[in-house]
Amino acid sequence: MGDKMNGTAVRPDKSKLYYPKMPRTWWLQKPAYLLFMLRELSSVFIAIFLIVFLVQIYQLTKGPDAYAAFVQKLSSPGWILFHIATLLFALLHSVTWFQSTAVVMPLKLGEHEMPRKLVFALNIGAWVAVSAVILILFLAFRG
Amino acid sequence: MGEETITLNVTRYRPGEDRAPRTQAYSVPYRKDWVVLDALNHIKDQIDGTLSYRWSCRMGVCGSCGMMVNGVPKLTCAAFLRDYHGQEIRVEPLVNFPIIRDLVIDMNDFMDKLKSVKSWLVRKVEKPVTEGEYRQTPAELEAFHQFTQCINCMLCYAACPVYGLEPEFLGPAAIALAYRYNMDSRDQGRDLRREVLGTHHGVWECTFVGECSEVCPKHVDPAAAIQRTKVDLAKDWFKSVLLPWGTR
Amino acid sequence: MSSTNKNIEPLWWGLFSAGGVVAAFLVPVHILIFGLAVPLGWIPDTGELFHHPLVKIYLFVLIALPLYHWAHRFNFTVNDMRLGVPRGPLALLCYGGAIVGTVMTLWVLLQL
Repeated sequence: MGDKMNGTAVRPDKSKLYYPKMPRTWWLQKPAYLLFMLRELSSVFIAIFLIVFLVQIYQLTKGPDAYAAFVQKLSSPGWILFHIATLLFALLHSVTWFQSTAVVMPLKLGEHEMPRKLVFALNIGAWVAVSAVILILFLAFRG
Repeated sequence: MGEETITLNVTRYRPGEDRAPRTQAYSVPYRKDWVVLDALNHIKDQIDGTLSYRWSCRMGVCGSCGMMVNGVPKLTCAAFLRDYHGQEIRVEPLVNFPIIRDLVIDMNDFMDKLKSVKSWLVRKVEKPVTEGEYRQTPAELEAFHQFTQCINCMLCYAACPVYGLEPEFLGPAAIALAYRYNMDSRDQGRDLRREVLGTHHGVWECTFVGECSEVCPKHVDPAAAIQRTKVDLAKDWFKSVLLPWGTR
Repeated sequence: MSSTNKNIEPLWWGLFSAGGVVAAFLVPVHILIFGLAVPLGWIPDTGELFHHPLVKIYLFVLIALPLYHWAHRFNFTVNDMRLGVPRGPLALLCYGGAIVGTVMTLWVLLQL
């Protein structure tokens, strides 16, 4: 028994407690959990894209014909579908990441914390700008 | 009289007698100003005195009456019957905790974790009373004020799937309170708390699902506290590894 | 020094964060260009740009860092989905995979 005078509480009898089990499909049971899981899985699609991209770059070491042949392979419906899906997952990652940035690293506006919507908007703006710069540089210098 | 009623489906569990929880349906008056806690009190007073549940202030400051209402962790004193009009209301004990009886869960794990993060002001050197009070600027207070609002209701633990999967995880409220004291200018306990926060079952187990902050009735935002603690700890770690000769 | 310094999780989390930033800002436009525009013929490309040293450094960052982002996230996700994969081998597969990917990226880029 616990000693109430000296401040140790009574703990319940463990043998009579009921321990609920978390179902393996827990992430399918709430929309918020499902969105979380999709966000996590976006990293898989991004990683696969980058490896495929690396393989494409590798073709260049075998000559421009090998590179062109690989690009041709990527025009198949299967690969196009994969890249569309990956683009959607990458956008999910970017949006949720910029939402997180505002939470994880608060910026100061004068004395107070910058509103999260503003931090998010600034991140989106920077992302659009960076993407535009990359696209323009690629169009200009691809040779 | 023909007053409108609403059905509550309430979890019942008798320790030592029941092998598993079951559900019991109760019909209570549907009153527009009633909350789920009022309905539970009506059940206990008028229908079934054997029902067990925790409650106290009935105004959202004590943190006692947390339960699952239609699958969502809520303070039953803040869940209005009128928001469930036309449905049946499922009242279950907070998930991710062992059930003691009916709607009462075992909260000792949480209390132990709260103690382990030293959720109080820690001083390396105590300041004698003769030296006067600790002074804080409004900015210093703002740095941690939001995180003082925690009422230890544990809704965040019920919302956190990581806590459900890994019971040793420190959990949202404990980490948020550790952060509250770390950010308090009067506190000097950051190094001590790092020993607990920096373990595998500390902040690193969190995958930023974010549901803890969604359900928090006091808008503490424990998710933010956890991620900011990760940043602080990572900065400390990189500093200690890359500049081992540096002073802390 | 604190005993929690022996825990190297901050390292993986730091790399995860860096990879997440790179993936968030740079990956979508690259999917648009190299996954859709170039294969569909909207923008013809011979890959010549990849020979440039500055571009190679950029490509290393673009490809290698998000692999650590994947590794850390995938490690936790597979555990959370309770797929029965033991923790040690899973971590080795994830972080080891990211390291292997980094070395492969370096190797390919150095050959160009």
